[in-house]
Amino acid sequence: MTASTELDRREFVKLIGGGIVVLVTMSPSELFAQQRQYPTDVNAYLHIAGDGRITVFSGKIEMGQGVMTSQAQMAAEELGVSLSRIEMILGDTDKCPWDMGTFGSLTTRMFGPALRAACAEARSALVQLASERLGVPKEQLVVDDGVVSVAADRSKKVTYGQLANGKAITRTLDEKAVLRSVAEFKVMGRSPKRVDGVEKVTGRAKYAADLTLPGMLSARMVRPPAHGAKLVSVDTTRAGKVEGLTVVNQDGLVAVLHADPEIAAQAVKTIVANWQVRKVAVDTDSIFDYLVSKAPEPEAREARGDVAAARKREKTLIEMTWRTGYRAHAPMEPHSALAEVKDGKATVWASTQTPFPTRDAVAKAIGFDPANVRLITPYVGGGFGGKSSAGQAVEAALLAKIVGKPVQLEWTREEEFFFDAFDPSSVVKIASAMTAEGKITMWEYDVYCAGSRSTEIFYDVPDSVVRIHGSWRGAGADTHLFAVGPWRAPGANTNVFARESHVDVMAAAARIDPLEFRLKNTKDERMRRVLEAAAKAADWKAAPGPSGQGRAIACGIDAGTYVALVAFVKVDEKTGRVRVERVVCAQDMGIVVNPDGATMQVEGCVTMGLGYAFTEELRFDGGKILDTNFDSYTIPRFSWVPKIETVLVKNDELAPQGGGEPAIVPMGAVIANAIFDACGARLERLPMTPERVLAALARTKTKDSGAAG
Amino acid sequence: MAKNIRFRLNGRPTTLPPNPERTLLRALRTDLGLTGTHYGCGIGECGSCTVVVDGKAVRSCVTTLADIEGKDVVTIEGLAKGDKLHPLQSAFIEHGAFQCGYCTSGMLMNAYALTKEKKTLSRAEIIDGMEGNLCRCGAHTRIIAAIEEVTGAKGGRS
Repeated sequence: MTASTELDRREFVKLIGGGIVVLVTMSPSELFAQQRQYPTDVNAYLHIAGDGRITVFSGKIEMGQGVMTSQAQMAAEELGVSLSRIEMILGDTDKCPWDMGTFGSLTTRMFGPALRAACAEARSALVQLASERLGVPKEQLVVDDGVVSVAADRSKKVTYGQLANGKAITRTLDEKAVLRSVAEFKVMGRSPKRVDGVEKVTGRAKYAADLTLPGMLSARMVRPPAHGAKLVSVDTTRAGKVEGLTVVNQDGLVAVLHADPEIAAQAVKTIVANWQVRKVAVDTDSIFDYLVSKAPEPEAREARGDVAAARKREKTLIEMTWRTGYRAHAPMEPHSALAEVKDGKATVWASTQTPFPTRDAVAKAIGFDPANVRLITPYVGGGFGGKSSAGQAVEAALLAKIVGKPVQLEWTREEEFFFDAFDPSSVVKIASAMTAEGKITMWEYDVYCAGSRSTEIFYDVPDSVVRIHGSWRGAGADTHLFAVGPWRAPGANTNVFARESHVDVMAAAARIDPLEFRLKNTKDERMRRVLEAAAKAADWKAAPGPSGQGRAIACGIDAGTYVALVAFVKVDEKTGRVRVERVVCAQDMGIVVNPDGATMQVEGCVTMGLGYAFTEELRFDGGKILDTNFDSYTIPRFSWVPKIETVLVKNDELAPQGGGEPAIVPMGAVIANAIFDACGARLERLPMTPERVLAALARTKTKDSGAAG
Repeated sequence: MAKNIRFRLNGRPTTLPPNPERTLLRALRTDLGLTGTHYGCGIGECGSCTVVVDGKAVRSCVTTLADIEGKDVVTIEGLAKGDKLHPLQSAFIEHGAFQCGYCTSGMLMNAYALTKEKKTLSRAEIIDGMEGNLCRCGAHTRIIAAIEEVTGAKGGRS
């Protein structure tokens, strides 16, 4: 990491060309102290040109989450310039500071402080320079939109551009730069229109598949019929007769390339490949027992008190098993890349969430030093974790190296589904107990194949243990039959579905209103605040479940943000169809950089969450993927979307926290709980299809008629 | 001898070599360099590739050049008049009716066709008319609000 960081900075200085380099040396910077993985040299983050234009460099990428705008806001705020002066360069490994990737709601939370610190230090250096130029102590200077002037006589002034004009400057700060406070904010904390707006509504925004190079060939790959299949033989004779077609059968790649993508697409169908398919008798419904049997030894967390003793002590245990299916990322833009390998250098434009790791993967695959590989990330058409892996970039680079021409590789929608690193199917087993008054006394939690995210216990439980049996990354080659990986708040959707459904079961068993039950069991002030804020905005009417109101609450902590959702549903008990009428979200995310941007992320989370709640479950048979397009893998549509209301709970004492993922996390649980509240049916498996709702209703009725209490 | 294929594209007469089976999506993107129309599924299920042919929204990934011969095709590149954005485009920016932007061209062209068919649309008609266009980021509520502002019964600004 250090080596590549150093290199990036050298490359940076070389690439920026004209303009002025402001070198600030103040080491080690206290502002950077928490961000050691990022460069401490401000020049890695920004460049101020002679005409006052400011270019900001970030290794984060724009995939819809709005960070092109929010990072520009942070930079503008700390530099003391208007937003329009800032141009963002994102995800270019030759220009931007090293970054591990855009995921985990980390951009604002982790990169934000480093970017703000760099810009604050640059402002201090510029003010110091202005003080020397104007012959006025810096305490008497004010900064307004990149102009430093004397407070008492605004006609005495100098611009950032002039300060930097014509010479390279090295400046040692004689005091600590400080970040702007919320009270001083002029650009942060507001909601300017997105800086990518005009490009995106005019079709001018470029995604990886939109880019071309002279002499470029379009590639199509021969793909296996199932995961785990081995290529036995391949016959490319017929393809070889197509005019202008290049056939590659090398290094495990079988591909055809042509200047015309449609000819390549036709030609790949003429290749006869024989595959040996590994038979594994596991499918969408039998996967759960399989996963539990294959999961690795657990790692224990949250161990408090003595769960074994509690098990003996408690007369009544509430034991439930919660299950979730595999989920696809299904971004609207499939993985695409354009690669050129020329004169010992490789340049790859790719839709990826991880420009730097992808650069390194490309370098390794083609046998180049990473210094000779440049990864450029244009606009990314949705990621949700699915573009953390970018195999298409490696494939395109390998092919470009083999054929000696630029290669464009656009995965088809079928390839996108097949090679997706799915959110894993998982199982959560919970055993719990409580007092007659509804105080939770015991919490024994075993999660298989979803990892630990959101398994922290914020309820006050004396005897607890959480056992993590394998991560969402997969747990050894045999656990899953195809790739799994991070899916928007990886593992947390499953863990929160299990926990918040289970807590709801307990509240109902205790005959206590589900909001009251939660408040009774947590002293966590931030959690109490978001629960109360959501309930207030939703005009919550207390009643034990099932109350017939069809409303429910669920909460969670993700990426440093606290979130509570209230949902209102209607259940058609004849068809099992559920309609979500309204979702209220209360979220405490610390200082809010862009309130409208944060609200958009909440709306996106709620809407995307409807999919995994109701329909999204990748069907498969062994290594064969049965859902390969949107005709059978159903994602949310316009008619599904409820009224969504967002309450951003003020917490300016806390630095900005994550916003891209938290609100999706309780979606499964809040809808499951609302279905229960509407009709008494308890859904124990996601997604909650009409068939499963009807089956749960039938179980409820059997229970009601079979036993008295 | 096969004849060249002629049609109007964003108001201009356009001619392509005789290849009637070629999809309109590839012709636009590869032959004509208009990359604002995006591939999403290839089977007409997602709407990312929506363009407007003779006033109707079509999925260009399942439309051939034979289908558009002699017709009037409008793509996202033809929606603005020079630097002047179409009211739908302005409303999308105003309402933040996009995130990643990949489905946006298709959303706008589908909405544009809806407004061609009927000047004033109820919210229910907007939702029904947009139902076939997928957005994974979840910009739906804002897309509806943007279209409603332009075509809604409350009175648009176009």
